Amino acid sequence: MAKKQNFILQLIFTLLVCSFLIIPVFLSALAGITENFFVGIKSGFTLRWVFEVLDLYSETIYLSLIIAIACLLVTLIIGIPAAYVLARIGGRVSRIIEETIVLPVAIPGLAIALALIIIYGGYRDFRSSWYFILVGHILFTLPFMVRSVLAVLSSTNFKELEEGAASLGAPFWTRFLTIVLPNIKPGILAGSLMVFTLSIGEFNLTWMLHTPITKTLPVGLADSYASMRLEVASAYTLIFFIMIIPLLLGMQFLSRKKN
Amino acid sequence: MQKENTSIDLISCGKTFKDGTRALEKINLNIKGGETVVLLGPSGCGKTTLLRIIAGLEEPDDGGQVIFNKENVTKLLIEKRNVGMVFQSYALFPNMNVKENIGYGLKVRKLDTKQIDDRVSEMLNMMSINDLSFRTIDQLSGGQRQRVALARAIAVRPRVLLLDEPLTALDAILRDRLRVEIDSLLRSLGITAIYVTHDQSEAMALGDRIVVMSDGKISQIGTPRNIYFHPENEFVADFIGTINRISGNNLKKFVSFEGQELLFRPEDIEIVEEKNSHITGIVKASFFLGEKTRLIVNYNSTEQLSVEGKFKEEYKIGSEISLRINTDALIELPK
Repeated sequence: MAKKQNFILQLIFTLLVCSFLIIPVFLSALAGITENFFVGIKSGFTLRWVFEVLDLYSETIYLSLIIAIACLLVTLIIGIPAAYVLARIGGRVSRIIEETIVLPVAIPGLAIALALIIIYGGYRDFRSSWYFILVGHILFTLPFMVRSVLAVLSSTNFKELEEGAASLGAPFWTRFLTIVLPNIKPGILAGSLMVFTLSIGEFNLTWMLHTPITKTLPVGLADSYASMRLEVASAYTLIFFIMIIPLLLGMQFLSRKKN
Repeated sequence: MQKENTSIDLISCGKTFKDGTRALEKINLNIKGGETVVLLGPSGCGKTTLLRIIAGLEEPDDGGQVIFNKENVTKLLIEKRNVGMVFQSYALFPNMNVKENIGYGLKVRKLDTKQIDDRVSEMLNMMSINDLSFRTIDQLSGGQRQRVALARAIAVRPRVLLLDEPLTALDAILRDRLRVEIDSLLRSLGITAIYVTHDQSEAMALGDRIVVMSDGKISQIGTPRNIYFHPENEFVADFIGTINRISGNNLKKFVSFEGQELLFRPEDIEIVEEKNSHITGIVKASFFLGEKTRLIVNYNSTEQLSVEGKFKEEYKIGSEISLRINTDALIELPK
């Protein structure tokens, strides 16, 4: 009996914590599909606000997706070889380089953005294009790709696997493509989801780097909260959730599969 | 399988690592085609480094040369040397199943699918692992992994087969069984093989010749018998088998050995009646090993001998026994 009581207490506690986390999200989503949030649910549900958002802000959604995809591609192309080389070198040098790559995560986004503006602000065309935002996103997300791939690399004995492949006649690129890459796939997938999610949701850096024609979703969101009806901003948030939740679930699924 | 077996010549191959540690002194070694040579020594003696130099995973220091059948392969990368290698941890590819692992080297060589299939089935049959064809590596036991690793290494018909402590990770019973299998496999293939181990019984069983190594140098090269019965130095005498040392002064009735140190194996000292004995001692410990009983005997307050007890006889600890040394079998180290 005591065991059952204990279980019920634990369950209640867990549910309380969950609701603490979920209720604000739920309310925000609810506001996005309510006719008039100040009147309440009795005013009825509508998709009007959602369509209004799509009408007004669809470009920010596209841009966010484009930047996230570009950011993912670049971090894959730079991050995987970087992690591989770091794992190969090993030792102190490799750790110093790894820490250096991680540094942008520790520095406030605003500071990095400011630094980027100081360095590249003079190049007008670059400054006003979305590539400028992309550079910021890459700086911020690269460490997550490198770390995630590096973690998997250091948990496999890839050096010996490569030696085995080499002894069977496989030159470097064959080894890299047929042995190294397939065996670090979990790390690449986890890193990819992380980079994509972070890029889509990134606000600090982007807010400083954007121009009126290069607004991303989170920047647009801040905009709409400042200048639009609460329902519009909430509907916007709802769209953001719909984009990001599958990615988060995917990440969860991957990490569970690994265990 | 191979028409002509590859001989290997190592000419003054030394290895100093980047951090300055000297793993291998300059070594000369000739391995005949078709021969099985075992590199034997304690850990850190340089045996694995030597194997990696032969494989092409390490380059010897300047001046060192690796020759396969008169062809200088010193600068040739491992992927061009056509060697088969079995690693201590097997290094099987976790992203592939057993068949794909065995066929990997053939696929890299761009053989056509039919040829690959045929050769892989041949290997599966040879190692009797047909049932495992479609298993992934993590579904295999240690012994099965070992067989797959062997099959993968010989599937490409290498010029030389290199085995780096292939049995170390297995338990004792499996080790004995696979040792027999590897032995008959090497004999039937007739391939030049180099086998690295720290286990002397493995070395004795498998090697046509044994290269005993210590501190980056070759201590002795010889057949197993040669090395066991005629060790050329203290290290080999101590490392291979058990050896007893006794001062000739301690012997009764044998004035001729006065002032000499006698070295002999446990099987060359016999338990006899008191009147025929050279020495008496107290049994300090007795280890029943099944087919024999190994006794540790104190013959004066500090010094000990290893002695083989008589078959099926039990010895009480503390009892006194009389011993006679087979003086024809004394081991003499060259001065």
